Amino acid sequence: MRNWLYLHTRAVSRALARLARQPFGTLLSALVMGIALTLPAGGMILLDHASTLARGVSGKPEISLFLNDDASPAQTDAIRQNLQAEAQIEGIRFVPRDVALKQLENNGLGDVLGGIAANPLPDAFVVTLKGDDPALFDTLSTKMRNWAGIAHVQIDSAWVKRLAALLELVRVTIWVLSVLLGLALAIVTFNTIRLQILTQENEIEVSRLLGATDRFIRRPFYWFGTLQGVLGGLIAVGAVWAGFHVLSAPIAKVGETWGMPVAPVSLNGIEGLAIVAAAAALGWLGTAISVRRYLTM
Amino acid sequence: MIVFDRVTKRYPGGYTALDGVNLRIAPGELVVLSGHSGAGKSTLFKLIPAIVRPTTGTVMLNDQDVSRLPKRAIPYLRRNIGLVLQESRLLFDRSVYDNILLPLIINGQPPSEAARRVSAALDRVGLSGREKEFPAGLSGGEQQRVAIARAFVNRPSILIADEPTAHLDPVYASEIAELFKSFNSAGVTVLVATHDTSLFRHWSPRRIALDHGRLMEQ
Ligand SMILES: Nc1ncnc2c1ncn2[C@@H]1O[C@H](COP(=O)(O)OP(=O)(O)OP(=O)(O)O)[C@@H](O)[C@H]1O
Ligand SMILES: [Mg+2]
Repeated sequence: MRNWLYLHTRAVSRALARLARQPFGTLLSALVMGIALTLPAGGMILLDHASTLARGVSGKPEISLFLNDDASPAQTDAIRQNLQAEAQIEGIRFVPRDVALKQLENNGLGDVLGGIAANPLPDAFVVTLKGDDPALFDTLSTKMRNWAGIAHVQIDSAWVKRLAALLELVRVTIWVLSVLLGLALAIVTFNTIRLQILTQENEIEVSRLLGATDRFIRRPFYWFGTLQGVLGGLIAVGAVWAGFHVLSAPIAKVGETWGMPVAPVSLNGIEGLAIVAAAAALGWLGTAISVRRYLTM
Repeated sequence: MIVFDRVTKRYPGGYTALDGVNLRIAPGELVVLSGHSGAGKSTLFKLIPAIVRPTTGTVMLNDQDVSRLPKRAIPYLRRNIGLVLQESRLLFDRSVYDNILLPLIINGQPPSEAARRVSAALDRVGLSGREKEFPAGLSGGEQQRVAIARAFVNRPSILIADEPTAHLDPVYASEIAELFKSFNSAGVTVLVATHDTSLFRHWSPRRIALDHGRLMEQ
């Protein structure tokens, strides 16, 4: 165990010495890795925030039933009874047209409606369901459309679905991007290690003649690639942090226009650590491939 | 005990470097190998640490068939053999001290013991006080002595030196010969290839020679 530790300590110090021997090359590789990592890492964290936000906004999905302008009180009562008879419906709320208009005015849309003499809004029922199975929404809304006095049935979860679909698209895009850029990083490391192996051919061969095992020879290269990944990861963390710092105000403005208070996006310790760990893993992977290819007896 | 049994080495391209070599070397022997350039001396030596594998025949070292040793066992074989190759193969990017330290690290010696052994080896080859210098700043003879220190610092039971005095003037050459003789006196099996047949004359070593890949006792 002590010997194992000693061998690794030596390998780390050799790897650090090699990194330090060419500070410019090291910095350049780390910058390439860092910049390439910034986009997917920042994107993932932003997406995470957006998803949380979307969940918070959506609440319980609702169905709105807008009545015909000329619906009679008897029809309205019949609809209410039908709704009460549905086992899957949890809550029923009647929103008279006057109340609906007030709500709009309170939301600051009074100006838009100010010019219209008559209230254009219909009476409506807003119901919440016990589950959130989309199929349930569809069967219920189809049924409701056939009731007398109903002008229009609207599933209010639709925009939430659209938002979720949009977020899903962004999420998949970011993942594809991450995989591609991750691959690029592994290739960058692969090539760095390949060059390292070439420049250290003599040392490798001498070590072999002196009885070094493959593991002994490979160890400093693994550390080299992994440490370079860590450096790249640290640069990415810095870039993401700075990026969020700059983007915070514009994001808050966008949120404001949607009537959502958006807390400033930032990067927590775990996310930072995850970025560095991912970069280190990619460095390790690139090294592993390079070493397997170029460092076998 | 080193035993070559009808060893032939044909390099890719068809050149026969060794041709049916039979040889037995007992533990503690001092063997001087001579022969013209291209006779196969280096090839013969490289068969023992499995740097080169025979085309036919077997090479045994202490009852172990090194000519058919699996790859993963080769490093452990080499740790017991001190090698001074024709090209001294020092590492020019590190100090004399670190050059001599390398086999000890490879062998997993604890740092304190390794430091002790490097100092002793430096002393033995007359380079005490020069450990911080880099090989490029040393003369050819000094570089050769670093290579020799590196070869025996692990206390191998066999020391193989391929023309260790090739680039040295006669005074340095006989110093190095004395060094090998002293290892041999301590019980180490020593094999030296050299063109300079007068080198070990004081100690009447066993002399063998290669001629176009064929071995002869002298
Ligand atoms: N790796 C190789 N591939 C092909 N031929 C080789 C190789 N190594 C050696 N030879 C050939 O094998 C023959 C013997 O070479 P070797 O190096 O064993 O001779 P040597 O006696 O050590 O010569 P010298 O005194 O010049 O060092 C030479 O003709 C050489 O050209
Ligand atoms: Mg030779």
